[in-house]
Amino acid sequence: MARIFAFIVHNGGVADDSALELPVAAGKIGSPQPCTAIVTGWGPELDIVCHSLRATYSEIWKVAAEPLAYPNAELVRKALVNLVPAGSILLVPHSHFGVDLSPGLSIRMNAAYVPDVVDIEGVDGKNLRMVRQEFGGQVSSHVQCGFSAGAVLNIRPGAFRPSQGAAANGQVVDKSAEAGSLTARRRFLEIIAAEIGDVDITKEPVLISVGRGIGEQENIAIAEDLAAAMGAAVSCSRPVVDAKWMDKSRQVGSSGQTVRPKVYLACGISGSFQHLAGIKGAPFLVAINKNAKAPIFRVADVGIVDDVLEFLPALAGRVREESCVPGKERRQ
Amino acid sequence: MEILVCAKRVPDTSENEIQLDASGKDIEHDDLVYSVNESDNYAVEEALQIVARTGGSVTVVTVGGEEDEEILRREMAMGAGRAVLISDPAFSGSDGRGIAAILQAFVQAGHYDLILTGVQADDGCAQVGGMLAAMLDYPFASLVTSIEVLQGGELKIGREVEGGSKELNAIELPCVLSIQTGINEPRYVGMRGIRQVASVAIPTLGASDLKVDAGECAAKVRRLDYFVPPAGKGAEMLDGSREEVVDKLFNLLKAKGGLN
Repeated sequence: MARIFAFIVHNGGVADDSALELPVAAGKIGSPQPCTAIVTGWGPELDIVCHSLRATYSEIWKVAAEPLAYPNAELVRKALVNLVPAGSILLVPHSHFGVDLSPGLSIRMNAAYVPDVVDIEGVDGKNLRMVRQEFGGQVSSHVQCGFSAGAVLNIRPGAFRPSQGAAANGQVVDKSAEAGSLTARRRFLEIIAAEIGDVDITKEPVLISVGRGIGEQENIAIAEDLAAAMGAAVSCSRPVVDAKWMDKSRQVGSSGQTVRPKVYLACGISGSFQHLAGIKGAPFLVAINKNAKAPIFRVADVGIVDDVLEFLPALAGRVREESCVPGKERRQ
Repeated sequence: MEILVCAKRVPDTSENEIQLDASGKDIEHDDLVYSVNESDNYAVEEALQIVARTGGSVTVVTVGGEEDEEILRREMAMGAGRAVLISDPAFSGSDGRGIAAILQAFVQAGHYDLILTGVQADDGCAQVGGMLAAMLDYPFASLVTSIEVLQGGELKIGREVEGGSKELNAIELPCVLSIQTGINEPRYVGMRGIRQVASVAIPTLGASDLKVDAGECAAKVRRLDYFVPPAGKGAEMLDGSREEVVDKLFNLLKAKGGLN
């Protein structure tokens, strides 16, 4: 059975949540050996991360090099090609970094690549069987690949629930000398922080969130009117920002803001995993969508199959009726 | 700058409900509305804008069948000067790595400074660009949201990262970039534009033209079926007339603190 490694993404001395999820995915592959963590970086933060992983991993490979201080995928790839033994299975979170790293890494390792894995069914003869999703999560598929030459599997964040295992009391092994020479034709320059908009959606208790189903820019006013009646704020999903109908600061999702409202109305939002990743704190989630097959209905508390353009004004009317004073707005 | 954009024709998920067919193993293909993959369209627009600033040409390529020609014409109507269809029965069922190997052969038969792909297509794999770059030994960046041409054969690119932040990099040419939606505002293509390119010949290349080994392109990662996972808990669906549903939701929102 192939040896399994987990690539650890970290920032500011803190390991990403995926560090707890990858061993669960590894367990489903069915290797008797626990998986080994690989952490690349530089300086005291790297040591803090390696130390923190001792509770989860029995072995942690620390790879310290100054060029790895920022996780440049081209440099990390070079280090991994030198470090990971041929025929191994490497697990990587399917994040902004994983998408940058893994396709090219699989070519260099001459290993199979399966992106965005949401479940692992195990080994069937010489094949690994996994589950993926297609068409924005509308349907799933079983996927299989041989792994005799190794495999790189990108694991969807949040798809594998961390288990409360016994403390591993792991050992940190310094593998820095095996990383090889690290030069790249792509140089990291800087991070431009997200712009702060007029409304901080991360602090709003009630969000009316609009997606592609809102149809056109003029229709945002329908959501704004409902928000005014309810005392809520309007947020949105990616396609609305791509179309420049709303500001990036209003976007909920892994590429936008992470929100923790009490109530979330997803209006014309299909429910991609990138969008759902931005909704935390288990709000009361209402989905309104014309498409009864929309993946959002699998995760919502309450679902309504209707056209948001007609349903939202009807709801706004009902809310205003209740406030007794005609035309009285709860909040501007 | 000579720019190649790799595009794909996909079922348009904003126009279609994807459902299983009678076999329960495949999706229902009848009546699907197809279009150019959304992020590929942004990639073509970005290529056209770069060429408008710095000169050069835009070529669009796809791997598929005759029916895929329609997206090539659409992208030519947008302004791409040249389009190529790569088609061969030997390529059917190729996985992402196979497609990347086919494109590698095509790129090596030409001369391109910059290769763009969309960030991902209908299968959500986001893999061909990064694989192609590694095969060509070109640098790669994914999720690109801005491109600035610098002096000395370099680009300054912005990448989307977590939390709405942007990562700036300098990257040497030639390189491969995967383009994220929202990088620009793709121009409108009208029927008139499509008609103007309706009779332009689009060359078709096969395995022998590209000298690629079909075995190299055969799928190693295989999709066995499609299925719809059990609904799990799922949402409680509110039924009835619109008035009744509004009333039910209003009461629920009141109880859950949704009315401030």
